Amino acid sequence: MNSRKYLVEKIVKIILLIFTIFIVFVLLSIFYGIFKKGLSALNWEIISQVPKGGYYFGKEGGILNAIVGSLYLAIGASLIALVISIPAAFFIHTYLFSYPKWQKRVRLWLDVLWGIPPIVYGAFAFNFMLFMGWPSSLLAAMITVALLISPVMIRSMDESLQHNSKGLFESALSLGFFKGEIGFKFLFKQSLPGITTAFLLALGKGLGDTASVLFTAGFTDYIPESITEPAATLPLAIFFQLSSPIPEVKERAYAAAIVLTIIILVISILSRVLSKRFSKNRIK
Amino acid sequence: MSLENNTSLIDEEIIRKDESKGLHNLIYVKDLSLWHGKQQTLKNVELNIRDKGITVLLGPSGCGKTTLLKTFNRLTDLDPDIKTTGSIFFEDKDILTKNIDVYALRQKMGLLSQRPHPLPGTISDNIRYALKLKGIKSKVEQDDRIEYYIKKVALWDEVKDRLKYSANSLSIGQQQRLCLARGLAIEPRVILADEPTSALDPISSRKIEEQFQELSKEFAIVLVTHILRQAKRLADYTAFMYYGEVVEKGKPSDLFENPKTEIFKDYLQVGH
Repeated sequence: MNSRKYLVEKIVKIILLIFTIFIVFVLLSIFYGIFKKGLSALNWEIISQVPKGGYYFGKEGGILNAIVGSLYLAIGASLIALVISIPAAFFIHTYLFSYPKWQKRVRLWLDVLWGIPPIVYGAFAFNFMLFMGWPSSLLAAMITVALLISPVMIRSMDESLQHNSKGLFESALSLGFFKGEIGFKFLFKQSLPGITTAFLLALGKGLGDTASVLFTAGFTDYIPESITEPAATLPLAIFFQLSSPIPEVKERAYAAAIVLTIIILVISILSRVLSKRFSKNRIK
Repeated sequence: MSLENNTSLIDEEIIRKDESKGLHNLIYVKDLSLWHGKQQTLKNVELNIRDKGITVLLGPSGCGKTTLLKTFNRLTDLDPDIKTTGSIFFEDKDILTKNIDVYALRQKMGLLSQRPHPLPGTISDNIRYALKLKGIKSKVEQDDRIEYYIKKVALWDEVKDRLKYSANSLSIGQQQRLCLARGLAIEPRVILADEPTSALDPISSRKIEEQFQELSKEFAIVLVTHILRQAKRLADYTAFMYYGEVVEKGKPSDLFENPKTEIFKDYLQVGH
C-alpha cells in the first residue's frame, strides 16, 4: 500500500516536471529565435532613429517611432484604464457589498469582456470612428486599448480586495465612516499592490497588443507630437516588417521584437518590486 | 433618565423596578423580531441594557446573539434581505427607524469584532483615523490622544517604540487591543463586543477581559459570548438566548444558581 503511494507520488512528480520543462522550453526557444535572427540588426541606430526614406527596403533609419508610439500608447491607455477601474473596483466592494448576487454578475460580465478578442474591440472602435468621422489617432488607440484592458484591471484589483475586505469594511463602518470614504481611504491602501500589478499588467498588454490598434492608431514614420496624430506601435512595426520579402527588413523585425521583449521584461520586474513595496501597510 | 418622557413606549414596570434598585438602563429592546429572508432569526426579544456594567448575551452558536448585537449599530442594514419589527430605544430615539443618523449611531456604539481588523496603515494611524473622524485636527492633540488611548488598553509599553510600524506587525492579541483603543477614541457610549476573545490565546483573552472589567465602570458593554465561564467571570447582567429568543435574563447570581428552563439547565451542565 505504502509503496504504491510512493510510486504514484513519483509519477505525478515526473508528469508535473515534464509540463514545466515543456513550457520553459517553448519560452526559451522563442527567445532563442528572436535573438538569433534579430541580434545582428540590433544596434544603437535602430533604437535611436526614426525610419528614413528607404527603410522598408532595408536601408538606414530605425524604429524609434514605434518604440515611442508604443510607450505613449501603453502609458496613456493604462492611465485611462486606471481612472475607469479604480472606482469600479471600489464600487464592487462597497456599495455592491450588500448585493453578492450582483457582485457575481458584474464579475462574470468582466470576465466575458476580457474574453472578447482585441480585434473585436479594434473593429468596434474603428466603426465608431468612421461614424463620427474621426481619423486614426493615438487618442483613439489609447481609448480602445483602455477599454480592452479595463476588465482585467478591475478584476485584478477586485481579487486583491477579496481577502479580508468584509471585516475591514464592517469595522470601518462601525467607526462611522461612510462607504465611499472607506473605498478611497482604506480599500485604496489595501489594494495598492493590486493596483500596481494591474497597472503594469495593463502596460504590458498595451505595449503588446496588435489587433486593437491595427485600425485605430494608424501608422506613421514620425514620432507623434499630439494625441490626435496617428502613431506607430512596436507590434505593428514587427508585423509590417515581417511581411516584407527583404531579409534585412525581416531582421529588423526581430530586432524590434527583442526591444519589445526587453521592455516587457523590465515592466514585469518593476511590477514585482513595486507591488512588494506597496504591500507594507496592507492588512493580511 | 432621559427616556422618562417616552415611557409609554417601553416597559414601564421594568424601568420602575430597575430604578428603584438604583439601576439605569441605556438601551431598551422592545418586541424585536428580525427576519433574514424567510427565516426568523430574532423572536420578540425584550431586553434592557444597563448603563455601565457588562451585559452578557450568552448562547450557543447561531442563536442570534451576533445578529442582535449588529442591530444595535445597524450593521444589519448591509443585508437588504433583513427585515425587522419592534423597536430599540437609545437616547430618546427608536434607532430602528429610517430617520436616524446611522453614522452618528455607529460612533456611539463602538464595535469590537471577533477577529481584529486593523485598518491599513501604521499603529498610530489606526487611532488617528478615529480621531480625525471626531474632528480633531491638531497633530499635537492627536499624538497626545493616541498615547492616551493606547495606554488605556495597556498596549503602550509593547508598542511605544514602533508606533510607525504597520498595524499588521502586531500579534493578533495586540491587534485586538489596538482595535479596542481605536473604538474608544471615537468616544462611544456603548461597547459592543462580538466574541472578542474567540480568536485569541488565553493570555491575550485575559488581558481583554481585564480591560472590559475596567471599562465597564465608564461604559455600557454588551458582550456576546458562548463561553459560560467567561460569562460568569464578567457578567453584571446576563441574557441567555436560544434560537432567536431570550429564554432567561437577570443577574448572574440568580440566573446561574436557579435556571428556570430545561434548555438553560442543559447549557449550564454541558458548559461545566
